[in-house]
Amino acid sequence: MAQSSSNDVARRTLSVLVEDVPGVLAKVAGLFARRAFNIHSLAVGPSEVEGLSRITVVVDADAELLEQITKQLNKLINVIKIIELEPGNSVQREHLLIKVKADAAARLQVTQAVELFRAKIVDVSTDSLTVEATGAADKLDALLSVLEPFGVREIVRSGSLAISRGAKSMTDKAFR
Amino acid sequence: MLTTTTAETRLYGPGRSVAPEPVTGSQAIIRSLEELGVTDVFGIPGGAILPTYDPLMDSEQINHILVRHEQGAGHAAQGYAMVTGEVGVCFATSGPGATNLVTAIADAHMDSVPMVAITGQVNAAVIGTDAFQEADIVGIATPITKHTFLVTDPDQIPQVMAEAFHIASSGRPGPVLVDITKSAQAAQTTFSWPPKIGLNGYKPTSKGHPKQIREAAKLIAASHRPVFYVGGGLIKAEAAEEFRTLAETVGAPVVNTLMARGAFPDSHPLNVGMPGMHGSVSAVAALQQADLLITLGARFDDRVTGQLDSFAPEAKVIHADVDPAEISKNRSADVPIVGSLKSIIPELTTACTEVFASTERPDLNPWWTRLNRLLETYPLGWTEPEDGAIAPQKVIQRIGAASGPEAVYVAGVGQHQMWAAQFVGYERPRQWLNSGGLGTMGYSVPAAMGAAVGNPDRTVWAIDGDGCFQMTNQELATCAINNIPIKVAVINNSSLGMVRQWQTLFYESRYSNTDLNTALNPSGEEVVRIPDFVKLAEAYGCVGLRCERDEDIDSVIAQALEINDRPVVVDFVVSRDSMVWPMVPAGVSNSDIQVARNLTPDFDGEDD
Repeated sequence: MAQSSSNDVARRTLSVLVEDVPGVLAKVAGLFARRAFNIHSLAVGPSEVEGLSRITVVVDADAELLEQITKQLNKLINVIKIIELEPGNSVQREHLLIKVKADAAARLQVTQAVELFRAKIVDVSTDSLTVEATGAADKLDALLSVLEPFGVREIVRSGSLAISRGAKSMTDKAFR
Repeated sequence: MLTTTTAETRLYGPGRSVAPEPVTGSQAIIRSLEELGVTDVFGIPGGAILPTYDPLMDSEQINHILVRHEQGAGHAAQGYAMVTGEVGVCFATSGPGATNLVTAIADAHMDSVPMVAITGQVNAAVIGTDAFQEADIVGIATPITKHTFLVTDPDQIPQVMAEAFHIASSGRPGPVLVDITKSAQAAQTTFSWPPKIGLNGYKPTSKGHPKQIREAAKLIAASHRPVFYVGGGLIKAEAAEEFRTLAETVGAPVVNTLMARGAFPDSHPLNVGMPGMHGSVSAVAALQQADLLITLGARFDDRVTGQLDSFAPEAKVIHADVDPAEISKNRSADVPIVGSLKSIIPELTTACTEVFASTERPDLNPWWTRLNRLLETYPLGWTEPEDGAIAPQKVIQRIGAASGPEAVYVAGVGQHQMWAAQFVGYERPRQWLNSGGLGTMGYSVPAAMGAAVGNPDRTVWAIDGDGCFQMTNQELATCAINNIPIKVAVINNSSLGMVRQWQTLFYESRYSNTDLNTALNPSGEEVVRIPDFVKLAEAYGCVGLRCERDEDIDSVIAQALEINDRPVVVDFVVSRDSMVWPMVPAGVSNSDIQVARNLTPDFDGEDD
């Protein structure tokens, strides 16, 4: 039965510490699929502790669904710890690579837009530029919309990476 | 001896130690199983598990039962686990051997049965090449297991085996799959015991939070219409005795779900029946009208709640379960308690006693008056069939009366399952086995076989349907050869009875593909027996009996009970038109329960 509190559906970020064993990503992704939880983005990589990986997963969920997702993830044997990273007390970044059309006429304008967003041009050819940008999702969206009119040929975008603000580490208490 | 692991020990089995010795990987598997205390294994060998079957032959401790289909091995391991409380073990080879286990693994997952399935896998070097008999069984089984392991390094075998048994048996029990490559089985390694157990991410909660337990006791003390809603978790936690004390302390009515039949005695005056789609009016009404559900080891399954929005609309909910993910999954809990019922229930009893002593509780008599009237007005029963055939309910009721609560009853899935849940008296935990969550037709015969191996001194009845029986009856061969004298009652209505019932009720009696021709032709005018279950039993080296007349029921049952040197199959030819009542049609409110077709009970009566 739905709890009728102020459980609005919102984009929420979970940081999941997992054992780095074969199949662990399949277990996590499979859980989302079979429980019909929607993944907005997912990023995985090694952590500061050997043998542990860290998955950052962004979901659209209300508080109740997020609790159920967290509980189900916790049931996976290879999941060590889960925290929710709220936007206010964490740094969240995505990485974006864009190949944008830029012939001689447009090149200056594209270059100016890239500078405005503190992005970088990482590859140049006669009629295109490849731009690299890192930032919060809304900033990258804004960059994309500015570059769109020039003709975007290709986009590669990572899932969100997130880390808590302050001195504490997620692995501090994991093995107490 | 009931072997369980705890958060402290985490090591299953008798706890011996073994100094390092050089062995092969397959020897390490068998030696690990021995140190884990395993005495019985069900399985079938094949190419990828062949190395392990060789040292198995020399094990004096492990009795391997060669089944005829891997699904039979899986259900047998479940049956064994359900009657003993121990981890059930099954073996299969790679590819089709492993995939044949899938239904039983999924069944064990849904019903929280502790089970370890060990499968051979192709050589590590050819994994991923579509090698002969290769299937990604770890990938296939991951969504339907508590955990899976793929072992390619023989040195890991003891640790993985110990972890698999710990995971399967602790917390909320469940199936664990251990897939071991043929190359790891064949390679040299060192065996020693006990191994180190890792599992840093696995810490099941055992102790319930004291504050929550006190809150629960306060709610109970203030409730006018409390109900204990008890599920299969009570049996898994071995907490039936502790629960009885709690129930008697509180004096509230108890409903026990399909998975909890026997967890609380049917004969106990506080028992108001089984809830759910085919529950008794008193049990369904108790939940619907309650102001407090004291939920213990149950999970608000859709077959219990009916339409969720209208389930127990006035009730607050106390929900105690070892699995935190069950709490507030379907119905939000006012007082959640996570932990083992084995410790939570006595603590709740103590807390209730303390709170009751210091507060004045509401009088529960009006509540009991209401429920007692429903119990008296709407007892479980049946109408005699109009076609002159035997009433299937009567057959099952007589089997239960003749065999008593010390026997074990193992049902298939369908009408006969519901009648077996309704008309056998259950007095003790582990007396009743069925496929509750997955609803696996074909569960009965192999699970009964496993139950008989686990409880060799008990009478074990497989109460099966003519449809279910045809899905797994090949295990009669296993039973006959291994001297496992189960008794099979085929409740033969010559059709897929439960589907036929729905066709009668919801599809204008259009019987699409539900006639099985095991007793009658589709028009009901001619006797057809394909197959003839008596001849089939005899072909398998079992005794085959048939009962077609009401007056023969008791004598045929008595005859079956006297035969204990081989399996017996009784073909009870029963009416096709008998239906399971009461019934809450799928997707409607429990308050719309029907006691017979289109007949809704009068919940309020004159005394309200």
